[in-house]
Amino acid sequence: MIGSARYWREIPQRYRYEAGKCTGCDKIFFPPRNVCSKCRGQEFETVTLAKNGEVEAFTIIRVAPSGFQDESPYAVGVIRLEDGVKVTAQITDCDLEKLAIGDQVSREFRLVQQDGESGILCYGYKFVPRG
Amino acid sequence: MEVGIVGYGAYVPRHRIKVEEIAKVWGADAPSYKRGLMLQEKSVPTPDQDTITMSVEAGRHALVRAGIDPAKIGAIYIGSESHPYAVKPSGTVVAEALGGTPDIHCADFEFACKAGSEAMFVSLSLVRAGEMDFALAIGADTSQGAPGDALEYSASAGAAAFIFGHENIAAVCETTYSYTTDTPDFWRREYQFYPRHAGRYTGEPAYFKHVLSCARGLMEKANVTPDDFRWAVFHQPNGKFPMRAAKELGFSKEKVEQGWLVPTLGNTYSGSSPMGLTAILDKAEPGDKIFMVSYGSGAGSDGFIWRVTDRIREIQDKAPQTREQLENNPIYIDYGTYAKYRGKIRKLAES
Repeated sequence: MIGSARYWREIPQRYRYEAGKCTGCDKIFFPPRNVCSKCRGQEFETVTLAKNGEVEAFTIIRVAPSGFQDESPYAVGVIRLEDGVKVTAQITDCDLEKLAIGDQVSREFRLVQQDGESGILCYGYKFVPRG
Repeated sequence: MEVGIVGYGAYVPRHRIKVEEIAKVWGADAPSYKRGLMLQEKSVPTPDQDTITMSVEAGRHALVRAGIDPAKIGAIYIGSESHPYAVKPSGTVVAEALGGTPDIHCADFEFACKAGSEAMFVSLSLVRAGEMDFALAIGADTSQGAPGDALEYSASAGAAAFIFGHENIAAVCETTYSYTTDTPDFWRREYQFYPRHAGRYTGEPAYFKHVLSCARGLMEKANVTPDDFRWAVFHQPNGKFPMRAAKELGFSKEKVEQGWLVPTLGNTYSGSSPMGLTAILDKAEPGDKIFMVSYGSGAGSDGFIWRVTDRIREIQDKAPQTREQLENNPIYIDYGTYAKYRGKIRKLAES
């Protein structure tokens, strides 16, 4: 299970979708990195990822890991955002039978997991059908 | 100094359950519930939605409409009776997600269904006092009704957020008035999962006494009559109560209908009259006056008079409108799914 310290460290990404944009070559990293894999630059500006995107790939999880069993079946996909960044996230509030590559989705703030009955609640992002 | 709403937003979950589906399980007569309570269906939060997640979404809509830097928000107050943690604020998560930390005052409010409007009252009072330029107030709930109880037909989920400021105001707050007594009509004791209520007693000495007294006190304080208003919104525990309150006060059905979301939304508790206000602001025109009275069991009512300005036209379409969210793409679920989503099924403890 995710603990307080790790969850807290990732708040800028989980809550505000903050990415690092290399000032040398404009490549965006999510989560941010210290060195750009393209130009070796070490200076980054903080940018917010686009809210909307489309489903580039997805799978339906039917045998879920611990902590997620009550949610199965559920979809996990790779979303290509409007700014070109690709993120992996759950796709929810959708008909799993009709979910398709190319579907337009947008990001929403959701409870992603909880540390058992008495541990912390971990919030973050999922994607939902747009409109 | 004039103070008012500079940005507003609502969030409605997509899932719904119909009155017929609940009545079927408990052997109740759906037509009489639909007629008696004037309810058709209600919103249902999924297991990954709670007061915090809905507050973030409503808050983001309000920020887009306000068009301000979130770092300038001086206070965040979330009113709810379903804060996800018993100990740990909801507001810190929301403030962090919206980009309002760390220069911000934060508190969670609670007062049954009135917690949202008290967050609004305190926020606009702080801006009026000159303590800060902007303050954010949110009313949100994922309310629970005990299985088989009348409340189960109405207890729903939703959120409304308002950013108050003294410049670029879209709706000026002209007058406020609050009416409070100690009235035990609805409560939930510590460690209890479901609230209890006093049945018919929740009507006359509770809802109607406070809503009507607050409304009359507000009109007297502002020296106005129902004829001065184009719109009115009251707390909506069911469809019938707000309509009857409006009629007794002299507000026509036409003035109430736009903000009367309860027949298809249900009772969003702390979000109830605040969400109704967002639906009215979506359609209001410059110069319109809006009359608002909330109600929270225990018991009290907060009253507000709003005057809509020219700026409303610039912001209405900047974020999803409330009735649009309510009407577009609902996902209907059966009672079994609803019971699972709302944690009503007893499971084996994890070993």
